[in-house]
Amino acid sequence: MTVLLKLSGVDKFYGPVNKGVHAVQNINMDVMKGEIIALLGSSGCGKTSTLRMIAGFEETSRGTITLAGREVQALPPVRRNVAMAFEGYSLYPTVTVGENIAFALKAARLPTAEVEAKVREVTEMLEITDILDRYPTSVSGGQQQRASLARALIRDADLHLLDEPMGQLEPQLRTLLRGRIKHYIKERGLTAILVTHDQTEANALADRIAVMEGGVLQQFATPQTIKEAPANLFTGTFVGEPPMNVFAAEASDRDGQLQLDLGDGLHLTYAADAFAPDVRATLLARKQIMLGVRPYAVHRDTHGARAQVIANQWLGDQSHIAATFAQGTIVLVEHDRADVAVGDAIHVRLAPEDLHVFDKDTGTALSHGAQMA
Amino acid sequence: MNTISPFETVLRGIAITLVILFFMFPIFWIVLMSFQTNATILQVPPSIFFEPTLQNYRGLITGQLVTDTSSLEIRFMSNLFNSLFLSTASVAVGLMLGVPAAYAFARLKFRGSEDIAFTLLSFRFAPPLLVLLPLTIYFQQLGLANTYGGLIWVYQLIVLPLILWIVRGYFEDIPADIEYAYRIAGHRWWTTFRKIALPLAGPGIAAAALLAFIFAWNNFVFALVLASADKQPVTVGALAFITASGVQYGQIAAGIILSIAPTFALALYAQRYLVEGLSLGAVKG
Repeated sequence: MTVLLKLSGVDKFYGPVNKGVHAVQNINMDVMKGEIIALLGSSGCGKTSTLRMIAGFEETSRGTITLAGREVQALPPVRRNVAMAFEGYSLYPTVTVGENIAFALKAARLPTAEVEAKVREVTEMLEITDILDRYPTSVSGGQQQRASLARALIRDADLHLLDEPMGQLEPQLRTLLRGRIKHYIKERGLTAILVTHDQTEANALADRIAVMEGGVLQQFATPQTIKEAPANLFTGTFVGEPPMNVFAAEASDRDGQLQLDLGDGLHLTYAADAFAPDVRATLLARKQIMLGVRPYAVHRDTHGARAQVIANQWLGDQSHIAATFAQGTIVLVEHDRADVAVGDAIHVRLAPEDLHVFDKDTGTALSHGAQMA
Repeated sequence: MNTISPFETVLRGIAITLVILFFMFPIFWIVLMSFQTNATILQVPPSIFFEPTLQNYRGLITGQLVTDTSSLEIRFMSNLFNSLFLSTASVAVGLMLGVPAAYAFARLKFRGSEDIAFTLLSFRFAPPLLVLLPLTIYFQQLGLANTYGGLIWVYQLIVLPLILWIVRGYFEDIPADIEYAYRIAGHRWWTTFRKIALPLAGPGIAAAALLAFIFAWNNFVFALVLASADKQPVTVGALAFITASGVQYGQIAAGIILSIAPTFALALYAQRYLVEGLSLGAVKG
C-alpha cells in the first residue's frame, strides 16, 4: 500500500494568517491508495474546507498537500487530477444530465463507444438511466445529486472527492446505493474522500474515518477503533447513536476495591483485578475523571446501581430507555420491548470492560475497558 | 384553476385598457403628428382625421427641412447615425471593460474591492454638468473634444457603472461550484469564464447592455457640450427643429419616431433574453 495523499501541517485561515478565522488547524493525514476515507463532523468543523483545499478551490494557508507524489497545494484545480461531486450538485444547466456525466470524458476525447459504455455503467449503478436526456433543472434534487455523483465517479482521476454525496436521497435508496458505490470504488481501485455529517454513511462506506471538530482532527482511525477506543470525549460522544453516556466521577481506593463516586450518593464498585494495574493506578492518581459508557453496554441487573425511568421509547426494533442516574441521565438500549414504565426504578450494571475513561480537563481518553488508551 | 368571475375579468380589461391608453396616447399622438403638416397639427380643435403626408419623413431623410417660408438644411440622418454609432460603441467598450470587472468583483475578494466597485457606481451620482466643465478643458487640451473616441470615453460614465453593477449581480447568482466543477474537470480559468460564466450570465449581460444602450442613446448633455454639429446625436440635433420661423412639430414628431425606432426594435429583440434572465433563477438549488 502506498500513500496517495499526504496532508502535512495543513492550516486554513479565513482572513489574514494567524489573525483570521482558523478554520482548519494543523491537519496531518495519510490516505493510502485504494482507501475510502470519511471526513466526519458537524457543520462548520472544517471538513468541507479541508476537502476544498485538496481540490484546490481554497488556498492552503500553511502546510503541504502531496497527491500521487506531487506537491499540489500551489497548483490550480485543473492540474491536480482530482474529481469532485459537489454538495450543491453544480450540474451545468445548459446541457442534459447525460452530457453532464459524460462531459469530462468527451473533453478528454475518449471514443464515443467507450464514453457511452461508461455512462451506462455508472448511471445503471446509480439508477438514473431514465433521466439522461432531461435537463438538470427538470429533475428532482435526489436525481441531480446522483447525476453529480456520476459525473465525479465516471472520471479516471487520482482522487475522488465526494461532498455530502447522498444527503438528498431517500433512506431506502441511500442504503442501496451505499453498497453499490463502495463496490464501484473498490472494484476500480479508486481512492475517495467523502465529507459527511451522517455517521451511518461514514461507518458503512469508509475504511477509515477522520473525525473533525473545531477545525481540529480529533481522530483518524477505522470505524471499529473509533467505536471501541475513541481518542477523546468528543469522538466518544459524537460517534455512536444514541450518544455515549458521560458522567463525572471520582475514583478512590476502598479496601482494595476501586470505587467510582458518581455523586448523589451513587457508587460503582469494581474488584481489584477488574482493571489492569496501570489503569487502576492512573484512575487513582487522577481522581477526578469523566466516565463514558455506550447505551448498548448498559445492562439492567438487579444488583446494579439504581436509576429512575423518565422515558421508554420503542423504535420498532429496539427500546431506548432514559433514566435519571447519578446527577444526570443515562440512556440504555435493549433489543426487545422493555417492560418498564415512567417512574419505575431500575438497576443498571456498568461492566468494567465497557467503561471509557477520559481526562476531566482535556477530554483525552485514559482507558478503554480494562486497558490503557 | 380559474376562479376569477366574469365581472372581475371585465373590470380588469377596462383597467388595463385605461393604463395602456394613458401611457400609449402620447406615442399614438406623436405617430399621428408625424404624418401631418404644421398647419393641420396646429389647427383648433385638433382632429384625428387629416390627409396623411410623408413630407416630414421625406424632409428628414433627404436633409431638406421645408417650411412654409423657407428651406433649411438639416443633418438628421447623420445625427441618427452618430447616435447609433456612439451608443453601440459605448456599450461595446462598456461590455469589454465591465463584464470582466463585474466577474472579478463577484468572484474575487481582494483588498478594497468593495470600495472600487462603489467608486465606479458613484460616477452615476455626480451631476453631469459638474463633471463636464473641467472635462471640456481637459478634452480640448488632449485633443479629444469633438471626437468619437472622446465621446465614447465620456459615455462610459453612464454605461460602465450600469453594466458593472447589473452583471455583477448575475455573476453572483451563478453558484461558484458550477465553475469549480468545470475547472476540476480539466479546464482552465479562462475557458471556464467563457464556456460557463458568460453563457449563464448571458441574459443578464443582454439586459444590462440594452439598458446601457438606452441610457447612452438618450444622453443629451455630454454630447451637447463636447460635440459639434458633425458628431452630434439626435438628442442634440433635435434642437435644430426649433427654427427662426417656428417650431417644426411635424418634423419633430417624425424625428422622434425615427429615433425611438432603433431602441424599440432592440428592446423587442432582447425581450426573450430578458424573460430568460428572469427564469434563470430556476437553475439555482
